[in-house]
This record gives sequence, structure tokens and C-alpha cells, in this order.
Amino acid sequence: MPLDSKIPAGELAQKWTNYKSTCKLVNPANKRKLEVIVIGTGLAGASAAASLGEMGYKVKAFCFQDSPRRAHSIAAQGGINAAKNYQNDGDSTYRLFYDTIKGGDYRSREANTYRLAEVSANIIDQCVAQGVPFAREYGGLLSNRSFGGVQVQRTFYAAGQTGQQLLIGAYQALERQVALGNVTMYSRHEMLEIVKIEGKARGIIARNLVTGELERHFGHAVLLCSGGYGNVFYLSTNAMGSNVTAAWKATKLGAYFANPCYTQIHPTCIPVSGDHQSKLTLMSESLRNDGRIWVPKKQGDSRKAREIPEEERDYYLERRYPAFGNLVPRDVASRAAKERCDAGHGVGTSKQAVFLDFEDAIMRYGRTEANKQGIHNADKATIYALGKDVVAEKYGNLFEMYEKITGENPYEVPMRIYPAVHYTMGGLWVDYELQTNIPGLYSLGEANFSDHGANRLGASALMQGLADGYFVIPYTIGNYLANEINVKPISTDHQAFQAAEDIVATRINKLMNIKGTESVESFHKRLGKIMWEKCGMARNAKGLTEAIEEIKALRKEFWSNVRVPGEILEFNPELDKAGRVADFLELGELMCMDALNRNESCGGHFREEYQTNEGEAMRQDEGYSYVAAWEYKGESQYELHKEPLDFEVVHPTQRSYK
Amino acid sequence: MNLTLKVWRQKNAKAKGSFETFKVSDISSEMSFLEMFDVLNEKLINEGKEPIAFDHDCREGICGSCSMYVNGRPHGPWKHTTVCQLHMREYKDGDTITVEPWRANSFPVIKDLVTDRSAFDRIIQAGGYISVNTGNAVDANAIPIEKQKADDSFAAAACIGCGACVAACPNTSGMLFLSAKVSHLALLPQGDPERKKRAADMIHQHDSEGFGSCTNIGACEAECPKGISLENINRMNKEYMGSIFSGSKV
Ligand SMILES: Cc1cc2nc3c(=O)[nH]c(=O)nc-3n(C[C@H](O)[C@H](O)[C@H](O)COP(=O)(O)OP(=O)(O)OC[C@H]3O[C@@H](n4cnc5c(N)ncnc54)[C@H](O)[C@@H]3O)c2cc1C
Ligand code: SF4
Ligand code: FES
Repeated sequence: MPLDSKIPAGELAQKWTNYKSTCKLVNPANKRKLEVIVIGTGLAGASAAASLGEMGYKVKAFCFQDSPRRAHSIAAQGGINAAKNYQNDGDSTYRLFYDTIKGGDYRSREANTYRLAEVSANIIDQCVAQGVPFAREYGGLLSNRSFGGVQVQRTFYAAGQTGQQLLIGAYQALERQVALGNVTMYSRHEMLEIVKIEGKARGIIARNLVTGELERHFGHAVLLCSGGYGNVFYLSTNAMGSNVTAAWKATKLGAYFANPCYTQIHPTCIPVSGDHQSKLTLMSESLRNDGRIWVPKKQGDSRKAREIPEEERDYYLERRYPAFGNLVPRDVASRAAKERCDAGHGVGTSKQAVFLDFEDAIMRYGRTEANKQGIHNADKATIYALGKDVVAEKYGNLFEMYEKITGENPYEVPMRIYPAVHYTMGGLWVDYELQTNIPGLYSLGEANFSDHGANRLGASALMQGLADGYFVIPYTIGNYLANEINVKPISTDHQAFQAAEDIVATRINKLMNIKGTESVESFHKRLGKIMWEKCGMARNAKGLTEAIEEIKALRKEFWSNVRVPGEILEFNPELDKAGRVADFLELGELMCMDALNRNESCGGHFREEYQTNEGEAMRQDEGYSYVAAWEYKGESQYELHKEPLDFEVVHPTQRSYK
Repeated sequence: MNLTLKVWRQKNAKAKGSFETFKVSDISSEMSFLEMFDVLNEKLINEGKEPIAFDHDCREGICGSCSMYVNGRPHGPWKHTTVCQLHMREYKDGDTITVEPWRANSFPVIKDLVTDRSAFDRIIQAGGYISVNTGNAVDANAIPIEKQKADDSFAAAACIGCGACVAACPNTSGMLFLSAKVSHLALLPQGDPERKKRAADMIHQHDSEGFGSCTNIGACEAECPKGISLENINRMNKEYMGSIFSGSKV
């Protein structure tokens, strides 16, 4: 099937306006007859379900947590971008669009990215109207901060809990629709199969995670808003339950999976401390506004940070990238940290860490504060105390979290940080309308591949999730459903539902009956290790080829030796996890195949064979300026479809942050 | 370090539960409390036994999933800390630790340490929102909000919906949770038009879910991992009185 991205004709800046004024509409009476299933109630799913419910569609929303308020989006810390230009520092829709395209290393679609920048301002308005308590200045207006890869201040935030506040906003809008009877919420439910009838998505099979029973649900359309797949690496900053299962079931049914190898390794996370570790904790990128990153100039220097004099420190980001300094994009910062550690300059017991130091910022803010308060000749301790208060207000919860985990006080000693898996730019292939290649099946938020190319800029995932849910899908879904108004709800006795349920039941039985000797967790760890070592921050053809074979072998072992305790018809978290890890064991292989196919370095995908003399990523636009969309053809068999990327407005160049 | 754990086991909502004792060894002080449970569960699975079920997701103190009493205290001994952020450096070799699920009639046990907290969602459904549809918003800076008010509203909105306040309260009252939401919204001009009805409707739902009433004991504030202040309950009482005197439906 040829890939049709359905990008509207016309000037870039007019495309979305043109689309909205010409797309088909569904009248209110018909909306009530149309049912929409939403899988996931993170920012993307909750905003979509609430908006579609308000519009009059009959919505059923699903999440595997005990409440929609607990989706992984809740953990986002730093902020959300919008081209409001409230700071009057030269921001505009075009600049946000341009920064995002460049940040993504010219591997995303112009039209999608432009639309994202265009609706960004509406998101902030919507959230404020819902009561999201963003940070404000003394004059009562909204405050902004900077994020990596940009030179303006366009990030809106609520301390280090922006995701929480945005999700609570969307959750409340969702619960309001639940109360009004427009949305039915199914918490502690996991979607395990999609039902396709005559080529169109028509429903799902879900497992009630409390009773273990399988349920059938019909929908005229199905939206997958199920989040990213970073947990394929086992250790990541994602929540423990984040998984690829929903998107993977779609893939197995024929939906294309795009750019699976594009994963984001975030530069500032708390380093691994031992084998017991179950997850990694992010220290928000916003910290790079004020923190300075450095390592000792001397290799193997084991002095305490505060004992190393200024002239013996290497502020390597400021040295290598004077124009952006500590605020280079994530992929660049992560690779630079790895380079320093590999060269023997790492700090801490593991030597796999660099310093993120707030001393200068505390003193700088302290001096300003002393001046403001009219304290002249303040001594160092006073300045420090004043500065500490300012830093605490901006990042207090992050500093506390750091201290709880490491037992060290980051106001006094620099944080130790190291890159960790954080976000996945790849995901289900979708067209401009967010529809996959299966009619009626949509994907929103981190689950799709749409807007970030090969590297996502900070504070853009929250923006994309809410753009998709509040402002894009309410229009684009109408364009499809307008043709469905005569389709009566299909009975779940239909044989397609029966067949889908059988597939799920068979698979669950198979997992339970292996009765092997090794836990699900142990297989997950082993997969994560392969992925991190061979498909992580740096990749090469040899490693990837080996990884593919290792994953195949591991998958075989899993299906013959995994031990899933408990029973099917009960609350059984080990069984839930077993299904998810089984899917990761397939996805991991495809990620390595994609990384092996892409003979270039771009954004988060760094192939060691393709780098400049200075160690920067080297794209190969001639051969690889395309979206790689993979079609499942049977075990370990995938067919590659290429969607060429045409740049009409920006001109891809080698990214430079120097 | 080596530890003894006494953990509540309960097969399902209907079963009668009881404590079971486990030994765990080689626990390092760098582990989180839940990672210690991971170690125990791995051991149980290897021994062919059933692992202990507990709710958790973010493990960063923000999603509100984790929920257990540790030696009788909701979320354990650390102030302003969820149990997923509690670390084992708190304990020493030979300690015995008792772990139980939330105890409250409105939070029935599902299995072991997992409870059903959907009553909290229903309280929000009763009015914990601002009634604005997508696409109807004015420019975000059109309504300036005094910084102090915005900060207070944010402090109340920081509630993670974990239920520790209910678990801590001898009356199993959910008033701290409820009042945090009422305050978050009532402090903002956007939330003003619905404030009276909101408070009354949410309290009504709270009571009909079987949560107890507030008698100003303050255990909730002491155990709340997010430092939600009792001030919110005072503020809410004012809202509620306002709703009675203005004649809104209760
Ligand atoms: C620690 C951290 C900090 C971050 N900080 C920022 C930031 O400051 N700014 C920013 O822009 N981005 C940030 N991000 C990224 C951002 O948070 C995520 O990309 C975004 O929240 C994803 O939202 P989502 O709605 O797509 O998915 P999620 O929030 O992951 O939601 C997924 C939903 O799908 C449900 N689900 C999944 N599978 C199934 C299934 N099979 N059946 C039923 N339900 C299912 C889940 O229950 C959940 O409700 C951060 C990410 C992390 C990890
Ligand atoms: S008020 Fe505190 S204890 Fe109660 S639910 Fe909210 S965060 Fe948890
Ligand atoms: S697991 Fe999310 S708050 Fe503890």
C-alpha cells in the first residue's frame, strides 16, 4: 500500500486553516450515534476523550492504572512550549516550527510540525481556563523559562510538576464528561487486541485487570493514545507500567510502525547505582537553565567536587558549543557526556557520571536578590542563603527528589548525572489526520511518530499530546466519521470479535502454561541490557547484527522458560507484565533492524560509522531523507515502506549549535 | 542487610486476609523500599510462590499509585515522602517491618496491598473541575492572577490523590483530599463562578461514599506526602457555609 500522508495543498502557514475550513463535519444528532474508543488517558488520551465527549460523541476510555489521573504524563517535570512571545524575545509560530524541525535533525514532516507550533498558543489558553496553576510573575502574568535547543523563553511551567498540573486539568475535564454521561471510563483495563471488520478498526478486546475477564467493546473508531516504548530498555525514566502493547497489537494487525530506532536518551538523569535498580529518575532539563555541567580536566580525578579548583574543571558543553552552551539539544548533550566518561573523566564511584553544578546560579541569584532587598555589602553566607531560596522556588521538588534518592544535598554538592532512556520519537505511522494506515484507527501523543523527527526538543511532548487531543483530532476524526453515520453499532457477537478474543485467550493460556523457571522481570532485564549496549546511545552495524540474533534467542527462551505465577481469572500483575515483555521482545528486534537499515546518524540515532571529525552526527540526506514505516509480515519479517520527506520551506543543513 | 517483613496477604476482596512473615537478605541501603519488594517478589517467584501485589507506577512520588502502611504509618517514616521514594538507608540489619494496605471502608482491598480508590474519582466527578469546553478559552494573559494566589492554588493542586490522608485519619475522612481540590479551584478567578455549588456537591459525594467526617485531628496533614495543609479544610468549610447561606443545593 503506498503511503499517503494526506498533507493538504497550499502554503505551509495556510494548510491547517484550509483543512479545517474544508474537512467534513458531523452534525450533533449524528454524533450521538457514533462511538469512539480511546485507549489511554494520559495527556493525549484524556484531552481527546474529554473533547470528543463534549462534542457529543459516545466515548469509552481505557487505562491500565487505577485512575486516569495516574498516567505516565503525570511525571513530566519541566514544562510545555508555546509560541506566545509573551517575553517579547522574538518568538513566533515560525520560530517554534523551525526550532522543532532543526532539533529533530530534519527528519519530521514540515506540515505536521508547523501545525503543532500553530496550535501551541491555544493549548496554554485552554489550560489556564481549566485552572492549571502555571508559574506567574509578581505582576500576575505567566512566567517562562528556556529549554534546550532554543534561544527564546517559551516554556510554561508549574514548578517541576508541569505534567502533573496539565494532566490533572485534562483529567478533570474528562471526569466532567464522565459525570455528564458522555464518556464511560474503564480503569484497570488493558487493551489486548484490535478488532478489524472489512478493513476498518471496529473495536477492541480488553482485559479487566481486577477479575482477569476478557471484554469486547465496539467503536466506530479507535484511538491509541498509549504512550511511548522506552521501557524496552528496562531501565528508563518512564513509569514502570509504560509499554508498547497497544501499538504493537496494531502493528501485528497491519498498521505500520515508523522510525522505531529513534529513541531519546536524556542527558540529565540520576546515574545507575546498582543491579537492583528498577527505574531511572530524570532531573528535568529545566535545570540546565541554571546548572553548569562539568567534569575534572584530569582523568580519574577522585577529589570531591568542591576541592577541584575552577581552572581544573572542564565545562565541556560551554567549551564545545559556545552559542548554546549548557542548553544544547538532548542528543548532543548526552553524547558529549558519554564521550567525557569514556575518555576517563567521569565522576562518582561508577565513573559513569558528570557534575551538574548550581553554585554559580545560587550566588548569581543571591546577589540580585540582595540588591533588590537593598542589602549592601552582603556577606557570602547571606548571598548564598538568598540565592538558595530562589533556586528552591524554581526547582525545589527536583532537589528534594535528588536528595531522597542519593542522600546528597544538591544545594551543597553538585548533582551527579548521566544520560538515560527517556522518550521514543518513533511510533505508529500516522498521516496528517493522525490516522494510521488502517482506516478508523488513530494514534495520538507519544504513541505515534508524528512531529519530532529524530530528536525531540524539551517541553514539546506535552505540547504535542495536548495539541493532538484538544485541537487536531476533534477536526480530523469528523472527516472520517462523517462517512460512518449510517453504520449501526456492530454486535460484539460478530465473529471478528470472537476471533480476536480467541487470539487473546490463546496467548494468555500459552503464557500461563509455560511454567518455566525464570521470572518475567529477569527476561526484561536481559532484553534491556542488549538494547542499551547495542541499540543505545551509540550503535554500529556489527553490534546491531549481533543484537538481532541475541533478541531472537532470548525470545525463544522466554516462550519456553518464563514463569508466570498466579491464575488467569484474578488480579495478576505478573501476567500483565508477561504480555508486555513478550511484545517488547518483538519490538526490540525491529528497532535494531531499523537502526541497521539507517546508514546515517541523525538526532538520537547515532551510528558510529557516520560522524564528523569532531564527533558530530552526520546525516546522509541523499539516501535517508525518509520516514521508515515497517509493515509486519510474520515473525521477524518486516517490509520497509519509505515516505519521502520533502522540505519546501526549511533547508536541511548540518545542525550546528556552536 | 537482612530484614523480616510482615506483610498483609489477601487473595481478593472477599477473602479474609492475614499477615505472612518473610525474610529478605542482602538488601542494600541504596535500594528504594519498593525495590526491596522487587527483590522479595523475585525470590517468591523463584520459589514457586505467589508474589505480593502492590500498586506502583511512577516510583517518583507523583502518580499517587503506591499506597501502604509501613509500621503503621501511611507511606512510612519519612516526612513528605511517598513509599516509593522511601529508601532503605532508613533501616538497619535485623529490623522487622510491618506492611499493610490502606485500611478504610471506602477503599476496599482488591488483593494483598492493592485497594480500590475509585471513590476519589467519583468525588472529582461531582464537581472537581471548571466547566469550560475545549476551544472556548480567552488569551491566557487576559486574566492576571496575583502571584501569591497562584502559588497557593498550585500548592493545593499538588495533591497526588494517594489516599494517605484517609488512611491516616481515625475517622477515615477524605476531607484533606477534597479540600485541596476545592481550594485549588476556588483560589483562581476562573473557578469562582462555580465555587459554592462545587464545594457542596463534592462534600455530598464524599459523604455518600462512606468517608468519615473531619474532627480536626490533623493526622492527615502530618502524613500527607505532598504537604497539603489543613488550611485547605478551613477554606473549604468557608465555601461550604457560603453555599448553605446562599441557598445552593447541598
Ligand atoms: C520523567 C519524565 C519527565 C518528562 N518531562 C517532560 C516535560 O517536562 N515536557 C515535555 O514536553 N515532556 C516531558 N516528558 C515526556 C512526556 O511526559 C510524555 O511524552 C507524554 O506525557 C506522553 O503522553 P501520552 O498521553 O502520549 O502517554 P502517557 O501519559 O504515557 O499515557 C499512556 C496511557 O495509555 C494507557 N495505556 C497504555 N497501554 C494501554 C493498553 N494496552 N490498554 C489500556 N490502556 C493503555 C495508560 O494507562 C495511560 O493512560 C517527560 C517524560 C518523563 C518520563
Ligand atoms: S491530600 Fe495528601 S494524602 Fe491526601 S490524597 Fe492528596 S496527596 Fe495524598
Ligand atoms: S509509585 Fe507513583 S507515587 Fe509512588
